[in-house]
Amino acid sequence: MIARTVTAIGSRRLATFGAGALALGLLASGCVSFYEIPIETPIKAKLDVSPFQRVHVVGFIAGGSDDVDANLETVRLLRSQLRTRSGLRVIEADVLPLAEIAQEMNKDSGAPADAPAAPDAPTTPDGKPAPEGSPTPEVKPNTSEPVDPAGHSPQAAASVAKVRDEKSLASFEPIFANVEYWKKLGEEFQQPLIVTGTVLFTPQSKSGMVSQTRETYDNLGRRVVVPTRVFMERKGYILRPKFIFIDGRTGTRIYSESFREERLYPSQQNVPALSSYFELMDDVIPRFLNVLSTQKVRGTRVLLK
Amino acid sequence: MARPRLAAAFVAMGLTLAAVPAFADARSDSKAQVDFGIKAAQRDLWKEALYRWKRAVEVDPTYAAAFNNLAIAYEHNGQFDDARVAYEKALELEPNNVLIKQNYDLFREINDRANRNGDR
Repeated sequence: MIARTVTAIGSRRLATFGAGALALGLLASGCVSFYEIPIETPIKAKLDVSPFQRVHVVGFIAGGSDDVDANLETVRLLRSQLRTRSGLRVIEADVLPLAEIAQEMNKDSGAPADAPAAPDAPTTPDGKPAPEGSPTPEVKPNTSEPVDPAGHSPQAAASVAKVRDEKSLASFEPIFANVEYWKKLGEEFQQPLIVTGTVLFTPQSKSGMVSQTRETYDNLGRRVVVPTRVFMERKGYILRPKFIFIDGRTGTRIYSESFREERLYPSQQNVPALSSYFELMDDVIPRFLNVLSTQKVRGTRVLLK
Repeated sequence: MARPRLAAAFVAMGLTLAAVPAFADARSDSKAQVDFGIKAAQRDLWKEALYRWKRAVEVDPTYAAAFNNLAIAYEHNGQFDDARVAYEKALELEPNNVLIKQNYDLFREINDRANRNGDR
């Protein structure tokens, strides 16, 4: 699942398919000799992690869909991947509700009121806006007793603003530049490499023409594949994680990288948000791991005679 | 155990190959090196394959297939700069070869990923 490491771009896939078909034709006519061969291409790690023995995935400022706790799920997934596919020892600690901590920090530093936006308007269980005067639903903290070196209480989380888009996410970002906060956290965990960042997992829907192939049978009963374009309504999710790597000894950011993946499914297909989240993370994980360790990308090439 | 024996057999075959008559032209000599390199790569003996394809392009610097295969061997070793040069040479020699183009496109995807330097 995670081992799927090569992501081909649509147009290139089409070109590859075309080239393959042509090659097959040439082979049939005996014009060319070629051999497809599997190769594993090593891609060097982007970060030198030799000064660290431990890695601490602390938590993420997450938002977008309410169907998935992107903070908790991302921490769990990254920790499990790092345990099996990196040489670093993974620290198992409670997941920090980073959005809440960041909001507290903003309040303490007297950040403008419009920074972390006001909580979303209350809604009824079926998603419609609630009538005026309805109570605002409380946001549950991710863990029971998170360890927060800044000493912010989890109770403060109850009134945390929801992150809906990149704009609202930006107002939480100053936390990543708070060197003292990360240094203090690093000291608590024997100065590990700290992994944090932001994760936006947002639903989306699109409608338009989509290329498909349709199987038919000709007059002689032979199977024919015909490319067609059909109008389709599709829905799915966009995943936009940004991973930030912080030196636990100094509290400074040493590397960060952003990704964007999206999946769309036919609107009739009911794909649970969590399944889609893991599908999207499947594409991101090899690139995340490549920051810390050399990864091998599997693929095939054509040797020519 | 089987791999060193296989490698030894390949080296022996290589020595025989080196004794190709002097009158053979550059292309056929180069072709022999390319064929041998393919057999080596198919047995996962990439070091030997790389050596053969390097010889092939030295003998015949106009042989696009040899440059293509050399590029693949470089890619397999993680030598991306060398691979790019070899692919570009192969395409310069045969600009309309779809199989070389396909290999080059796939290489570029990986190379772009390897060269991505994060947000700052």
